[in-house]
Amino acid sequence: MIRAALIWLALAGAAFAVEPDEILDDPVLEERARELSKGIRCLVCRNESIDESNAELARDLRILVRERLVEGDTDDQVIDFLVSRYGEYVLLTPRATGANLVLWVAAPVLLLGGLGIAVVYLRSRRKSDAPDALSEEEKARLADLMGE
Amino acid sequence: MIVELGHFALLLALLVAVLQMVVPFWGAQKGWLSWMAMAAPAAVAQSLLLAFSFCALTYAFVTSDFSVRLVALNSHTLKPMLYKVTGVWGNHEGSMLLWCLILALFGALVAIFGTNLPSRLKARVLAVQASVGVAFLCFLIFTSNPFLRLVSPPMNGQDLNPLLQDPGLAFHPPFLYVGYVGLSMSFSFAVAALIEGRVDAAWGRWVRPWTLLAWLNLTIGIALGSWWAYYELGWGGFWFWDPVENASFMPWLIAAALLHSAIVVEKREALKSWTILLAILAFGFSLIGAFIVRSGVLTSVHAFANDPERGVYLLGITALFMGGALTLYAARAGAMQAKGVFSTVSRESALVLNNVLLAVSSFVVFIGTIWPLVAEMAFDRKVSVGPPFFDAAFTPFMILLAILLPVGSILPWKRAKLDRALKPLWPALLAAFGIAAFVWTLQTGRTMLAPIGALLGSWLVLGAATDLWVRSGRGGLASKLARAWRLPRADWGRAVAHAGFGVTIFGIAALLAWEVEDVRTANIGETYEVGRYEATLVDVREVQGPNYVSTMAWIRIARDGREAATLTPESRFYPVAGMPTTEAAIDNGVFRDLYVVIGDAQADGSWAVRTFVKPFANWIWAGAIIMSIGGLLSLTDRRYRVAAGARKNAAPVPAE
Repeated sequence: MIRAALIWLALAGAAFAVEPDEILDDPVLEERARELSKGIRCLVCRNESIDESNAELARDLRILVRERLVEGDTDDQVIDFLVSRYGEYVLLTPRATGANLVLWVAAPVLLLGGLGIAVVYLRSRRKSDAPDALSEEEKARLADLMGE
Repeated sequence: MIVELGHFALLLALLVAVLQMVVPFWGAQKGWLSWMAMAAPAAVAQSLLLAFSFCALTYAFVTSDFSVRLVALNSHTLKPMLYKVTGVWGNHEGSMLLWCLILALFGALVAIFGTNLPSRLKARVLAVQASVGVAFLCFLIFTSNPFLRLVSPPMNGQDLNPLLQDPGLAFHPPFLYVGYVGLSMSFSFAVAALIEGRVDAAWGRWVRPWTLLAWLNLTIGIALGSWWAYYELGWGGFWFWDPVENASFMPWLIAAALLHSAIVVEKREALKSWTILLAILAFGFSLIGAFIVRSGVLTSVHAFANDPERGVYLLGITALFMGGALTLYAARAGAMQAKGVFSTVSRESALVLNNVLLAVSSFVVFIGTIWPLVAEMAFDRKVSVGPPFFDAAFTPFMILLAILLPVGSILPWKRAKLDRALKPLWPALLAAFGIAAFVWTLQTGRTMLAPIGALLGSWLVLGAATDLWVRSGRGGLASKLARAWRLPRADWGRAVAHAGFGVTIFGIAALLAWEVEDVRTANIGETYEVGRYEATLVDVREVQGPNYVSTMAWIRIARDGREAATLTPESRFYPVAGMPTTEAAIDNGVFRDLYVVIGDAQADGSWAVRTFVKPFANWIWAGAIIMSIGGLLSLTDRRYRVAAGARKNAAPVPAE
């Protein structure tokens, strides 16, 4: 994070992400633009969305997103447009297609797998855990001791 | 001269480390006591040599000896003294020396305080620790030697990166390294136990304090890094799921799992082979972290050490230690016989669940972190995996963990009746829902994020309180409190750490849900509204700093006409490094931070200003600090102190 930050700031200068002059007058459109921007990668930065980035390119992309929205594009259309122009690298959320499916199913599959192993382990333990009840002899001895 | 001595001490330390690796190990195999006994003095000597070496490098930085290449590249005469010192580890070579020093210090601590360890185990632990030391010392000396001289020294240095000239960041790496490197201790214990072929309750007790120490330092280190990002980056983000960040987060998660499973080994002699595996993996993630940070493989642009040779070497170290340890594990793990039996509903099972959630979440972070690399190499797809993915894939694990945690920590060992164990938790659960409902009524038409955060957070905090309440037995309030006070510190540690987790969860949820942001241009004297506050841009002036020039703004913030704070955000320029930085000004509060950033001057003479109200932001780091205090309480538990002291008292008494 820190070194990433060093780079962004080095590239970016002391300006800050969304500039006042970029903001749209329509608050609903602006809100959509902000949400969309959070999922779009600033291509010259490291792991940073255009919403956070100070880079020149990020500014251009932010303005581009807003232009498309003003022209009436839906969110999906804006994203498709950006992907067609810059490739899927521009998306911070990888699309769940092809090999990327591995990434998306990893969490649930690993969790189920882990839980499965844990359950098998716990059950196998319970079977070996047979001598729960006291034997007759022990019961008699216990009764004896308790009786005293 | 001192620099040459430091260089020489470094080489000598490598030599000592080699001896410490070979002699005690062979002695332990053959049962030669005198050979085994060499381990402790060697470990102490190695750490003293490295400490001297580190001091020599610090001396070079403090005296601005620009004939040393590293100093010339990373320091400057005008830099404040604090940052001359912290500049020692603000670069690849120096931080690697610090890493080696901490590695050796851990070995020395085991040598000094491990008097109650069986001599054979101790010799093996120190030998394994030394083998890690040898690998890293070779790496340091042959690929990144900090003591290299320049033939023609420059008049002045190139300055430390201005962003590193900050107290939060200055002390972030040492904590992080104690964490990373501390996990090598658990690793050494695990490998030694595998060689020994024996893991028992005593092993669990020995390995746990080291893991705790590593974990709590990692917690502080991560919190410091996150806090730094919050106030330094100019928009108040606190976590970015950046590969470098994940590199420290993955070992943290695994270490948290290891902490919990080591309890089961210690108390119940179960989960042994799993605990060994976790100890190996925890250090494995530390090594992978070092590789990610220093090779630059996941980060094409990189400030620190973007060097393929170093990357290959670190990958080699990772492969060697993980390959070796896991092979040994495969061969020997079967011999670990579990003793303690327990039923499906029991604290043991709850801890198994905890381990599954923590370990799997760590692997999910791992897969997300390396996926861009895998996708590009194997499938020829250039993809980004960013925060939206991690938020979606990782958060459910933490929610599950938070829901189950209070239940698990109140269950008795061995065998439990769920309904009976849950009985004391009902008030906590009802209160948590009450608080969530209250939070929900306070806000209007926003997301469910804040109420859910409040629910989980208060459930964890109240659950931890219930835990202590139940443990302090029956009787009146006074006797309960007296008994609670006398509970083992490990019990307090557990409750405090779990409550800290709750505080962090609530902080994150509240910040994300209720943050108010305002971006605008303002003229001097102009007043504008941000949420329930009124901000006034009072003045903007040029200010000269020690090694920078600054554009400083004065912004007064009031609420209902009463002044809340006057903030002075800056935008600085460091001429030597040629680099601008943004210094946000923050008014910290318990319930909210006011956060302002000054931007560029506009053509019409106004200034770009960014103002945030960040509710409960400090709770995020406060929670992390509470967690580490919990770890510290646990670390000072009587059983560790007694175990260490008992031997000392017992030693002089001859056997009858």
